[in-house]
Amino acid sequence: MAVLAEPVAAQVKRSSMWSRAFESRNFLGAMFMVPAIAILVLFLAYPLALGFWLGMTDTKIGGVGRFIGFQNFVSLSRDSVFWLSVFNTIFYTVTASIVKFAIGLYLALLLNERLPFKSMIRAIVLLPFVVPTVLSAIAFWWIYDSQFSIISWVLIKAGLLTRYIEFLGDPWNARWSVVVANIWRGVPFVAITLLAGLQTISPSLYEAANLDGATNWQRFRHITLPMLSPIIAVVMTFSVLMTFTDFQLIYTITRGGPINATHLMATLSFQRAITGGNLGEGAAISNAMIPFLVAAILLSFFGLQRSRWQQGGRD
Amino acid sequence: MTTVDDQSVGMSYLESFPRKLLRVYLPLGLITFFLLFPFYWMAVTTFKPDAEMYDYEKYNPFLIAHPTLEHIKKLFFDTDYPLWMWNTVIVSVSSTFISLFASVCAAYAIERLRYKGSRYVGLAIFLGYLVPPSILFIPLAAIVFQLGLFDGNLALILTYPTFLIPFCTWLLMGYFRTIPYELEECALIDGATRLQILTKITLPLSLPGVISAGIFAFTLSWNEFIYALTFISSSENKTIPVGAITELVNGDVYHWGALMAAALTGSVPVVILYSFFVEYYVSAMTGAVKE
Repeated sequence: MAVLAEPVAAQVKRSSMWSRAFESRNFLGAMFMVPAIAILVLFLAYPLALGFWLGMTDTKIGGVGRFIGFQNFVSLSRDSVFWLSVFNTIFYTVTASIVKFAIGLYLALLLNERLPFKSMIRAIVLLPFVVPTVLSAIAFWWIYDSQFSIISWVLIKAGLLTRYIEFLGDPWNARWSVVVANIWRGVPFVAITLLAGLQTISPSLYEAANLDGATNWQRFRHITLPMLSPIIAVVMTFSVLMTFTDFQLIYTITRGGPINATHLMATLSFQRAITGGNLGEGAAISNAMIPFLVAAILLSFFGLQRSRWQQGGRD
Repeated sequence: MTTVDDQSVGMSYLESFPRKLLRVYLPLGLITFFLLFPFYWMAVTTFKPDAEMYDYEKYNPFLIAHPTLEHIKKLFFDTDYPLWMWNTVIVSVSSTFISLFASVCAAYAIERLRYKGSRYVGLAIFLGYLVPPSILFIPLAAIVFQLGLFDGNLALILTYPTFLIPFCTWLLMGYFRTIPYELEECALIDGATRLQILTKITLPLSLPGVISAGIFAFTLSWNEFIYALTFISSSENKTIPVGAITELVNGDVYHWGALMAAALTGSVPVVILYSFFVEYYVSAMTGAVKE
């Protein structure tokens, strides 16, 4: 008996250790986090760090790179195509975001009215955001065709033009064309998220303002905008982030042409890294986007803080 | 006495129809037209024979004189399109389920187990959501190549969760927060394990949130482009967006009919799914921004 008792006691002790471990929040929490953390570390955090490293090497596809410090950045700073892509990215982001915000807010205000079939209209309006971007970009590519553009055809029939527009052949036309396609894709996101924000504003605020004799503009300026500003901050941060790092629309519609006039930093890094095989240089271009992204993230962070503070919430 | 303005929220039903027409319906109609026209054009081009597509003088371009299925037939029988469709379905479904599983566990641990440092992990996951694929694809390509996953579905199935998990976790954390803590405490007192609590109480109660996250994750992976373009090289392994744009263009010859047919048929599955779950989709989209 005495011989048997010892291992049994050890077993009891071990099982209680296990059960205690499974009752411990920290241990259980770690177990629950394993799948998510494994994927995120291997395919998100590690590549992010690897990207920093690659940007400082002269790695080619299929070869091992040497550490060359900031040489990629030095050569990029003398590269006029790179600076053109920076200009294009900023132009693309600023113009598209401003128009997306204006049309999106307007559309949100319109959808907030009493409307028949409101939920159906909302569902339809969101379609451009739902449909795969590349596939709708192919439709834009066809709409912008130099010989068979439907826009040119309509304008000629209406007597406003005499010849077909070179949508994608001329640098500035091409820039504006991709901006319009981006606006088309982004407006639904801005509108529907802002609409969700509008619906949380209490009607009693407007009623009180009406009693005080406020005009339409005053109600918009002093009730709608301040109440909506936290969510505007967050939505526009997301929108700016998506626009700034956009790849699909440009790659589909222009591939960066004509003569690099529509290259964004993302498409240029793809061209240099994957098409051209210079992984190091491509990674350096991607890394050059990071300061802008950090600025956007900080903005969103303070937007979030402010929205919590305004709603009187904690945490 | 001040007259109450006829645009006030509570009184808007008093507004005369012509005024409302001008103020609301007309701009709404114009914007909707702008948003829907590319789809109309896509559909019209898909079913138009080549002769009509390139002759605007004889035929009105907005209408189809002789509808044809020739482009769709060409797409399905002369290209690898069915394979692309199959790949897209496999990749989207698998990456969605992997992400949902990982996110449910992670969100539950962060919100409910509240282990040491869970708040910071939650914040880190949110930051992960803000890292765009366009700065990750170059190093990821190197990693995918090293792991021997290049040019296979697995490369996409394992990398798509990098943008799906942060989003789903963030969304589910919001849903889990709304479930009363007391329910779990009762279960704990009755001797339920944490796993039982998760599968029998928390998950069923937050089913709408799980569906929302799933639908949104599915559409995101169906739409993904840059990873699929970078990690896949042979035609039979491509997804629809990549295949359409790389395989249907021969040099300078654009097969517009087939391209439009691919765009239309590639969009239809997502749109059908979306139309069944609009409310879930919208709540996922707005929830991710509001939380």
